Amino acid sequence: MSLLRDFADKPIKQNPVFVLALGLCPTLAVTTTVRNGVAMAIAATAVLVCANVLVSLLRRWIPDQIRIPCYIVIIAGFVTMVEIAMKAVAPPEVNEALGIFIPLIVVNCIILGRAEAFASRSGPVSSLMDGLGVGAGFLLALLAISFVREVVGAGTLWGYRLTPLSLAGVTLVPPVEPVMILSMAPGAFLVIGLLFGLLRWIGSRHDKRASALAVRAVPQVAGDFPKKSRGGEGDAGEGL
Amino acid sequence: MDVSYLELAVGSILISNLVLAKFLGLCPFFGVSRRTSSAVGMGGAVIFVMVLASAVTALLYRHVLLPTTPEHTNILGALGLPVPEGGYVLVLKTISYILVIGALVQFVEMVLRKAVPALYRALGIYLPLITTNCAVMGIALLNTEAWRDPANGLPVHLAAFNGFCGGVGFLFVMLLMSGIRERLADLPVPRPLRDLPMAFLSGGLMALAFMGFTNLFGIAV
Repeated sequence: MSLLRDFADKPIKQNPVFVLALGLCPTLAVTTTVRNGVAMAIAATAVLVCANVLVSLLRRWIPDQIRIPCYIVIIAGFVTMVEIAMKAVAPPEVNEALGIFIPLIVVNCIILGRAEAFASRSGPVSSLMDGLGVGAGFLLALLAISFVREVVGAGTLWGYRLTPLSLAGVTLVPPVEPVMILSMAPGAFLVIGLLFGLLRWIGSRHDKRASALAVRAVPQVAGDFPKKSRGGEGDAGEGL
Repeated sequence: MDVSYLELAVGSILISNLVLAKFLGLCPFFGVSRRTSSAVGMGGAVIFVMVLASAVTALLYRHVLLPTTPEHTNILGALGLPVPEGGYVLVLKTISYILVIGALVQFVEMVLRKAVPALYRALGIYLPLITTNCAVMGIALLNTEAWRDPANGLPVHLAAFNGFCGGVGFLFVMLLMSGIRERLADLPVPRPLRDLPMAFLSGGLMALAFMGFTNLFGIAV
């Protein structure tokens, strides 16, 4: 049960992007299409899970004073492996689109943050579940942003045309001019800003209902949900 | 490949700004831009580290990671050590860059504390954060492997200059952003959009404005 708990909170309640605001660079840079977003999330999750497990296994031998450099070397090793694997497996246009953001996984604050906040004081299986949970949250966030950007900004989904879309001669979606700005750099900021606000709004409504129903409100989620619930874990990423 | 100082400067500061067009250094851009004083401190520290990191990684790329060519020699090869056909770029690039940047940040911190205590007091708390600032690592990659001519990368003096310009571009947008956010703090923003979402939206409008610099002076980036 506790293993499930290591996983369960991470994708939604502690979403790395929309609640903790970590790992913003790849989130904004590669989400022009859903396929790029998924490729990025898989690459980052692979590094996160492997680094989490290895840090957890080595936690008794890593001296406290030099733990951050140790984590960085571990992460950089896995990033190099993922980089080579991506060159072999992923289609060339995906590699082209992800570009320097694959080697930049090494400075992704989500991964270093989990190593420091979780894996360095938990067992390998818990750390594995934690990595999968946070990775799933990252994937969800990238999916949401890239879905909006690709559908509205390019009129396609996973590379297939949506506008105009016709099936057996019947027009399902009339030809609509895509809002191209969403595929470009400013669109990334606008989409994440609006989604962030929307999720906070839903979260605050949910909280209000929950605290009205609950006999004793959970102190951590009461009040200004996205800001206050950051707690200790968010501190690692503050200002990075 | 020839590239002029003006081309690099206009390209890195305005046309393809590190933050607004290349999406590097977003965590400090949104994390430390609530106040102008901290934004300037962070920007100054980033310029400092970026110049040094760009120069060192450009040297590393040309003389350790790449194989020997008529233009540059691989030091390891010159010492008689084995160098694979494609050099060490694929296997050692990421790990060597991050170690160099991490060590550099520590070194800068120690030197500043001894030599220029006033500057250290101003920049000190931002320095440790820079190791994981993707703008520094990002510009190192942009100067070398992701440069138009990856078989050579930028020469050291141009790489250092590009690092400086990237840092100036970062400081510039940090300053603009902190000004906007200081104003926004006093305005009646709808509750769910307060602080971070509003900062994202402002960033989007800034990126839109910066798109107006495209093709400035006929420079293509």
